[in-house]
Amino acid sequence: MYTLTNVTKTYRQGSRTVQALTEVTLQISGREFVAVQGQTGGGKSTLLQLLGALDTPTSGSVLLGDEDLGRLGDARLGEVRASQIGFVFQSFNLIPTLTALENVETALAPLRVPAASRRDRAMAALESVGLGDRATHLPSELSGGQQQRVAIARALVKEPTVLLADEPTGALDEDTRDDIIELLETVWRDRALTLIVVTHDSWVAARAQRRLNLRAGRLTEPTPTRSEPTATTTTTTQTEE
Amino acid sequence: MFWTYLGRELGNRRRQTAIIAIGIGIGIALVIVVNAAAAGVRVAQATALQSVYGVGTDITVTKAVTAAAPNGGGQQFRFGAGGGGRRSRTRALNGSALRPVRGAAPFAVSSVAAVQHTAGVKAATGALDLRNVAFTGQVPAQQGQGSAGGSGAGGGGSAFGVDSFSVLGYDAGGPAIGPLTAAALTKGRALDASDGGMDVAVLDSSYATSTGKAVGGSISIGGKSFTIVGIVTSTAATGSSAADAYIPLDTAQTLAGQSGKVSDIYVQATSAAQIPAVKTALQTALGPSVTVNTEADLASTVTGSLGTAASLADSLGLWLSVLVLAAAFLIAVLFTVAGVTRRTRELGTLKAVGWSNRRIVGQIAGESLVQGLIGGALGILLGIAAISAVNLIHPTLTARTVAVARAAGRIRGAGGGGGLGRSASGAGHAAAQIALSLPLSGTVIALAVALAVLGGLIAGAFGGWRAARLRPAAALRAIA
Repeated sequence: MYTLTNVTKTYRQGSRTVQALTEVTLQISGREFVAVQGQTGGGKSTLLQLLGALDTPTSGSVLLGDEDLGRLGDARLGEVRASQIGFVFQSFNLIPTLTALENVETALAPLRVPAASRRDRAMAALESVGLGDRATHLPSELSGGQQQRVAIARALVKEPTVLLADEPTGALDEDTRDDIIELLETVWRDRALTLIVVTHDSWVAARAQRRLNLRAGRLTEPTPTRSEPTATTTTTTQTEE
Repeated sequence: MFWTYLGRELGNRRRQTAIIAIGIGIGIALVIVVNAAAAGVRVAQATALQSVYGVGTDITVTKAVTAAAPNGGGQQFRFGAGGGGRRSRTRALNGSALRPVRGAAPFAVSSVAAVQHTAGVKAATGALDLRNVAFTGQVPAQQGQGSAGGSGAGGGGSAFGVDSFSVLGYDAGGPAIGPLTAAALTKGRALDASDGGMDVAVLDSSYATSTGKAVGGSISIGGKSFTIVGIVTSTAATGSSAADAYIPLDTAQTLAGQSGKVSDIYVQATSAAQIPAVKTALQTALGPSVTVNTEADLASTVTGSLGTAASLADSLGLWLSVLVLAAAFLIAVLFTVAGVTRRTRELGTLKAVGWSNRRIVGQIAGESLVQGLIGGALGILLGIAAISAVNLIHPTLTARTVAVARAAGRIRGAGGGGGLGRSASGAGHAAAQIALSLPLSGTVIALAVALAVLGGLIAGAFGGWRAARLRPAAALRAIA
């Protein structure tokens, strides 16, 4: 599924240059459930953005299947995101002016799905996360857990091959966290997709097949959890200018 | 999705949408009103000038008096010739003179042919602009000979009056352009080619009424009796035609001692687009001693409240509308860019779910465009309301112009009594009252819509540019 080779990522932050990832080499297989842990500022979100075709590496390569994401133009990266990758964010990131159903529909808009079909598929996705009766509610009218379910429906409605979740339970209480993780696990199993979750929560990470640890932009020894790991790692240091 | 999202966004930002729409609306309303006012003023100016130059005259050619060549010539007063004579201690004097109007220098009629042969000229005709001054009264016998030099009753035992009216000699067999095209025949007949050399006249209706003249009667011009064959009434808003009396051109030339001369040439161009080129060609062909005026040139000579309105429409109104529009566009741009900045996370999320830059820019530009169009609709409504209000009030403006003075000087009553005092002073400014009406054209509405679209596109372009520059990762970094 993913093959990362000597991936380094630096970006400007004001007058400083931050090296977020350093020489990361990693493989993630299809249908794998991977948890990425690490300290704040360790590069977890940067790694997720590279995996999600939201950004390109400064050096090294990120292969999704046979495609080197670092060599793709913006338009093709957009197509990859639109068709293959689903995102779930910590803060849900729903469009506040759109209803739950319309929020889910936004994921189908770039795929040029006809309006009627788009609405049916969005409704089915909402029902699959147990929110069929909240389709016309605005995000502000939903609880945090319900908003995250809408976000998951939005990520799943396009039937992606990869689901990337960035602290999906970070803004939720414990009971709701359990519900969301259970939902993600169900989806991962039922839809046979690759699930990569960035989390600070060890309980959440423990549910993954494989745990990766990022410290100062370097990937440390993976910790096997429920299934045999498949990743390789390299270690380097993070530097800032 | 596009319209749903667009509608929800604008609905959610009602206050911002209202501010942008009102700003653009006021700017567009100003543009509409200023354009309509300018068009209305142009029509009013043309109306003011029509009574003098007629309908369809694009260019006039005249020649002003220079110090070296003062006008005059023509007839001098010939006292006593009309039957006056000595009576005890006073002497009765009757005199009549027909001479070119003060300030105009007649020039060779061959210029008309030269004008007719100029490229871009459809038709041209010459006319001789004259003033008839009649002196009637008694003076003390010892004062005896001499020319009258003023109007009204004289002192020192003298009693006399001066009557003055304008006379236009025109080529009755020539093309239908010139002053009489702004007048309609109401009684009798018009002059025609067969009247050449005859002592026949057509009178302006207001002059005929005030002097009790009628068709079949006679009028003394230059000391000769002319048969009145027709009465004309001005069709121009000023209410008076160009002259009090119209006579055949050759008769006028002979009587005024201006054989082979004209004082005005009226020119019609083959098309409006040709007018500037024809003007240049005529000026070159006829030399610098003649004055070649287009209607636009003559419009600039209109003063009074109409001139002020024209000046306001051209300068203050134009700049005010430009400034308000620019401010409205700037507000729209700033709000749009601020909106994009505020929606960084939202737009980053949309990019994350696969929305292309093009789709996001289109969404932002669409929102701005709709705001602009709402502003445009508001502006059109405001503009129409303002124009309707002005047309309801129907303000009357005063047109003062040398050209109008020439017409007004011919008609009695504008200044009271005869026109001699005005002619003698040479001030040459008279007033005409013209009701201002603001036209609303489809072109102006189209301009308003275009400005609204432009405002929306400008704001959308800036907002879209800002949105397109957002890297999805950077847009989401703040929340990662």
